[in-house]
Amino acid sequence: MTALLLRNARLLDPAAKTETSGDCLIADGKIAATGPGLTAPEGAEVLDAQGACLAPGLIDLRTHGRDPGQEHKESLRTQVEAAVAGGVTAMGVLPDTDPIVQDPTSVAWLVQRSRALGKAKVLPYAAMSVDKAGQQLTEFGLLQQAGAVAFADGAKATADALVLRRALSYAKTFDAVIFTHPEDRALTRHACATEGEYATRLGLPAAPAAAELLQVQRDLLLTELTGGRLHIGPITTGAAVDAIRAAKAKGVRVTCDTAAAYITLNEIAIADYRTFTKLTPPLRTEADRQAVIAGLADGTIDALSSDHTPEDQDAKRLTFTSAEPGIIGLETLLPLGLGPAHQGRMSLLDLLARLTVAPAAILGLPVPRLAVGAVADLVLFDPDAPVRIAADAMRSKSKNTPFDGFPLQGKVLATLVDGRIVYRRAA
Amino acid sequence: MTYAFTHRHLLGIEGLNPLDLRYLLERAESYVALNRQTEKKIGTLRGRTIINLFFENSTRTRTSFELAGKRLGADVINMSVASSSVKKGETLIDTAMTLNAMHADVLVVRHAESGAPHLLARKLNCAVINAGDGTHEHPTQALLDALTIRRRKGRLEGLVVAICGDIAHSRVARSNILLLNGLGAEVRVVAPPTLLPAEIDRLNVRVFHSMREGLKDADIVMMLRLQTERMQGALIPSVREYFHFFGLDREKLALAKPDAAVMHPGPMNRGVEIDSDLADDIDRSLINEQVEMGVAVRMACLEVLSEKLPAVQGAQ
Repeated sequence: MTALLLRNARLLDPAAKTETSGDCLIADGKIAATGPGLTAPEGAEVLDAQGACLAPGLIDLRTHGRDPGQEHKESLRTQVEAAVAGGVTAMGVLPDTDPIVQDPTSVAWLVQRSRALGKAKVLPYAAMSVDKAGQQLTEFGLLQQAGAVAFADGAKATADALVLRRALSYAKTFDAVIFTHPEDRALTRHACATEGEYATRLGLPAAPAAAELLQVQRDLLLTELTGGRLHIGPITTGAAVDAIRAAKAKGVRVTCDTAAAYITLNEIAIADYRTFTKLTPPLRTEADRQAVIAGLADGTIDALSSDHTPEDQDAKRLTFTSAEPGIIGLETLLPLGLGPAHQGRMSLLDLLARLTVAPAAILGLPVPRLAVGAVADLVLFDPDAPVRIAADAMRSKSKNTPFDGFPLQGKVLATLVDGRIVYRRAA
Repeated sequence: MTYAFTHRHLLGIEGLNPLDLRYLLERAESYVALNRQTEKKIGTLRGRTIINLFFENSTRTRTSFELAGKRLGADVINMSVASSSVKKGETLIDTAMTLNAMHADVLVVRHAESGAPHLLARKLNCAVINAGDGTHEHPTQALLDALTIRRRKGRLEGLVVAICGDIAHSRVARSNILLLNGLGAEVRVVAPPTLLPAEIDRLNVRVFHSMREGLKDADIVMMLRLQTERMQGALIPSVREYFHFFGLDREKLALAKPDAAVMHPGPMNRGVEIDSDLADDIDRSLINEQVEMGVAVRMACLEVLSEKLPAVQGAQ
């Protein structure tokens, strides 16, 4: 029996909404005991947490896969390394690979390879439609059996309402969740910024923020019509938050997420045409940023994700309009995500729930607990420690982050997967 | 006139203060007379290398920059890169890096994408002049327009300038709005809503959808080219309808002040934005003066930026 005793930690269990001080004993990959003054069994490794927080590992439900096909941007190995460095113990991976993950074999292969790496657990999302072309549905049942936890056409809205209607309907057979992207395609064609004063001053092709609401409303109506399960994100506007809140009140089976960048930056960041601030959807106004934080705080926005999108120099060292959108986010998810807690907008436990309990529920995973019997996928972090983001020190193969040099608060000290320490921050 | 112009590049009117603008106009003013002499050449920039790097077709602006450089005694190289062969931005950076390695002193850049000169300015140690980037800015055009207006009207302050036409796709309009506002003119924009960018009123302009209202009591009527090559989708139903409502003819011009002058950055679509006979009316049209002032303004910009260059390349 391998055992590990973590002493003197703040034990945070967001599912039970409890916070206690004490120790945590891990044996055979599971939590064996929690509480004050635990005794280490013989041969157990003992770690002093020195008052740091111990919580279930983060579950990131929005990362973009680059392996196979674009391993020069991110290989599966570097992605799981980056994940555990960010305290992420499980992550959903959108099928942005080449070939596209849309057959049972490639799903199973992804799961197997990630298991062999033994770091963060990879939860493959399979394409919703063949070749993500938005026409013919993929084999939801067989893909799910092979290990696909959701179906998504990546960061691309399904243009055809009939196809999405059928996807939502058919997915009910397997109680599968359909992920959609909240941007109306016609309105956002060629656009790379939010319509408004900033885009006008910069002369950038822009789309109105209403392009998000338009798509969200349509997807909500189709979800209501079919009784299917929809997950939509990243949500970036207050109007979309309101629409989702109203739909949830009506009993529509919808969940949503936002990404850490949208609660941290607003459209002003695109000044000077820095392509590291080009996202999809694009950064919004300050009013929208505040509304998104409010939506996250009141639970309308269920989950906080990284929207990890690795892009190399060749994809970013271009003009703003030509550059690929997206930023890496696995290693900045926790310090950026803690923002609303530091600002007093949310409790730390609620915030952790958006990073653990909610994503698990959306993907149909067991409830992450810091309790006896739970799988020991854990993160040990200091929420208050000052940290300066350094892109060069990141494990991601691509370094496309606008947060390089940002002073933040929140440091991942160690990450455990199945009771094994898979990441430890160098002192 | 001694003035400390602090900018290394000229990427836009944005970021220049009124003193910067006046200084550039004063310097340009001094070159107008030189350009009218038989001997038009001086040696201010002898030994300097200026490269015109044009990723978009242009005759007028490129020629103007070329003349400006040559009249100041610099070596001027023209590079026209057909946009079709430039599919990727790294070509833009690679090309620029190559020119940088050849010790160009000033790079004059025109590009179809907004922000392209800014990208180059971050990577290079030569001075970069924006000769038009996408739908963003065209600073030397705004400067030459201001100089033209000032010479005709004696001032900019308090004048009413109506900018008419395809504002949405116009870098000329953006630069002019910033510059004219900076120097105290009242700026109006006149266009159908489909040709106006979002929240343009935030740039301190009054918005009109009717030429009749927009031109009322204007001192200057600045027409813009209808950028048909940039039109994506149905922004106007037809050229015929556009000219009927938004083209400048004598009847519409009659609503402006009796001595109102007409401007156009060129090249003109006669019969689309402007009535042909009006464009050629030397009493009302400043179109040829604009071209003349263009050379003087570009000489001033090249000279002022060259003064900022280190004596030895690579020195800070």
